[in-house]
Amino acid sequence: MVAYIVRRLLLLPLILFGISLIVFGMIQSLGSDRLLAAYVNPGLLDKLTPNQLEKIKEKYGLKDPMVVRYVKWLKNTLSGDLGWSVVGKEPVKDAILNRLPWTVELALYAIVPVVFVGVWLGMIAAVNRDKFIDHFVRIFAVVGWSFPDFVFGLLVLMVFYSVLGWFPPGNLSFWADTVVKSPEFKRFTSLVTLDALFNGRFDVFVDAMQHLIAPILTLSWLWWAYLLRITRSSMLEVLTKEYIRTARAKGLAENVVINKHARKNAMIPVITVGGGMVIQLFAGTVIVEMVFNRTGMGSFTATAATQLDYASIMASTLFYSLILVIGNLVIDILYAAVDPRIRFS
Amino acid sequence: MRTETKRMIKRLLRNPSAVLGFSLLIFFTVIAIGAPLICPPQSYDPYMIPIVTWDKTPQPPSTEHPFGVIDGRDIFYGVIWGTRTAFKVGLIVTLTSTIIGLLIGSVAGYFGGWLDEILMRITDVFLSIPYILAAIVVTAFLGMGLNKVMISLIMFGWMATARLIRGNILQVREEQYVLAARALGVNDYLVILKHVLPNTIFPVVIQATMRIGSLVITAAALSFLGLGAPVGYADWGSLLNFARNWLLGASGEAFKYWYAIVYPGVAMVLFVLAWNLVGDALRDVFDPRLRG
Repeated sequence: MVAYIVRRLLLLPLILFGISLIVFGMIQSLGSDRLLAAYVNPGLLDKLTPNQLEKIKEKYGLKDPMVVRYVKWLKNTLSGDLGWSVVGKEPVKDAILNRLPWTVELALYAIVPVVFVGVWLGMIAAVNRDKFIDHFVRIFAVVGWSFPDFVFGLLVLMVFYSVLGWFPPGNLSFWADTVVKSPEFKRFTSLVTLDALFNGRFDVFVDAMQHLIAPILTLSWLWWAYLLRITRSSMLEVLTKEYIRTARAKGLAENVVINKHARKNAMIPVITVGGGMVIQLFAGTVIVEMVFNRTGMGSFTATAATQLDYASIMASTLFYSLILVIGNLVIDILYAAVDPRIRFS
Repeated sequence: MRTETKRMIKRLLRNPSAVLGFSLLIFFTVIAIGAPLICPPQSYDPYMIPIVTWDKTPQPPSTEHPFGVIDGRDIFYGVIWGTRTAFKVGLIVTLTSTIIGLLIGSVAGYFGGWLDEILMRITDVFLSIPYILAAIVVTAFLGMGLNKVMISLIMFGWMATARLIRGNILQVREEQYVLAARALGVNDYLVILKHVLPNTIFPVVIQATMRIGSLVITAAALSFLGLGAPVGYADWGSLLNFARNWLLGASGEAFKYWYAIVYPGVAMVLFVLAWNLVGDALRDVFDPRLRG
């Protein structure tokens, strides 16, 4: 177990180094003049004299040999100097910090329905194998998996916003936004829904939730299909095991067999893919935030890409990769902790 | 025809979802091939949706434009020619990335040692950037457009194949017939090509088929974000991008622009569904162990 974790931890810097090389390589493909825009507010660029421009180029090492440039870039990045964001009209670091809570909130809330509904549907299907409900759930899974998130999101937007008027796009209504930005509204967690509760502003909480439900539904949709498939097949496999036959043979009630003996063992593969799925939820916010016109890391990245805001694109890539790498590490360790067969082999 | 092949086809035909998948695929193929007959191109580039009116407001379906008009462009034309775009993106990206994955995976698996270690760590690195994000970023750096989207999808689409084929080769490598071929002094590359790959290729084909659907989704998502196909290109994702802009501006106007979402959306869902069903069916027939 310890050796396993140590090996994974030793590999971690190597992978991060690889990612940084890819990112750096992409930056370098641009050439030094276009790169200036990634470091300085472009509005200022026109006002600077050529002499000052040279100085800036020197400061960010745009004239040095590759290796030196890489080291300098790495130093800047690690110290949090990520450059200037054209899209955010502020330093990239601030732009990310301002938008991150919105995305975290969305992804965190989405995990709950995804995991519970997905696992529940998968269990129902497996237990009622080849009955009507099983067929129904499986059709739902195939169709759901084939449904692009943005198409589903647009349909949700059409029905719940255009027709019913329940769930408007955006992050908050205008009045709620004013409340949140006012000095009386204290920020404890930077997650708006929680802060609204702590401040006793239930109306703001309800408003934030109204804006969250449709994106959450869209994010969950795809992963329900995925998770229920994994749960179903894992449960079916466990149900053929000998200890299940033994449990049944000694006359245990069927629901005890399912709930006590089968379910726990069926959850092991679900944890691995489920963990990976949580990470993918973060990546999924790119599309969902664009569909619902939300402010957040996802829409920030997508907008930066369409407007060729390189500094922001690079920082977002590093950020999402970091989440993925660390998340995968945590999952593997969890997996080893849950399944002794991995730990001792 | 060999009896084994006959039995496989029989089993495929007995599976209703496989039949549905193949029928849908045939349907889409016919549309893609017959596109010039269904919607005769009106300009030098048939993939550009002709502008039928300069009035940008969406117009509901009529006899002249059966799927309606959005941003002055005929949705029916876009959906029909978009089928070609979907096939083009799905097939080219899947084929190329699978071949790259095959090359890297078989070299790593067959030769092993430090070469294997290096190639697999590179694979890990490429897997450490979320796919949709990698596609967005690389496309932005390459300079947008459908070809750039395809390049970025290929660049980050080979890893699963590489891992799969490497694992299979590690198993096959120790088999008697491979050892025999090597003992006879057969060239390494010939051993891979003639003995190892034919015995490990089926899972790769199945995996590739199952990947086409999600690839088409990702490519369309990029067009939807405005990074992929240029404005007015016959592509389901760009049609939906038009729809999004109108929908966000139309509060309370019930179902006013439904046709702008439903027609391209249904085309996409059915296309992806077709590939997923075919992939599932192939897996069930050729590799029952993986059935889920």
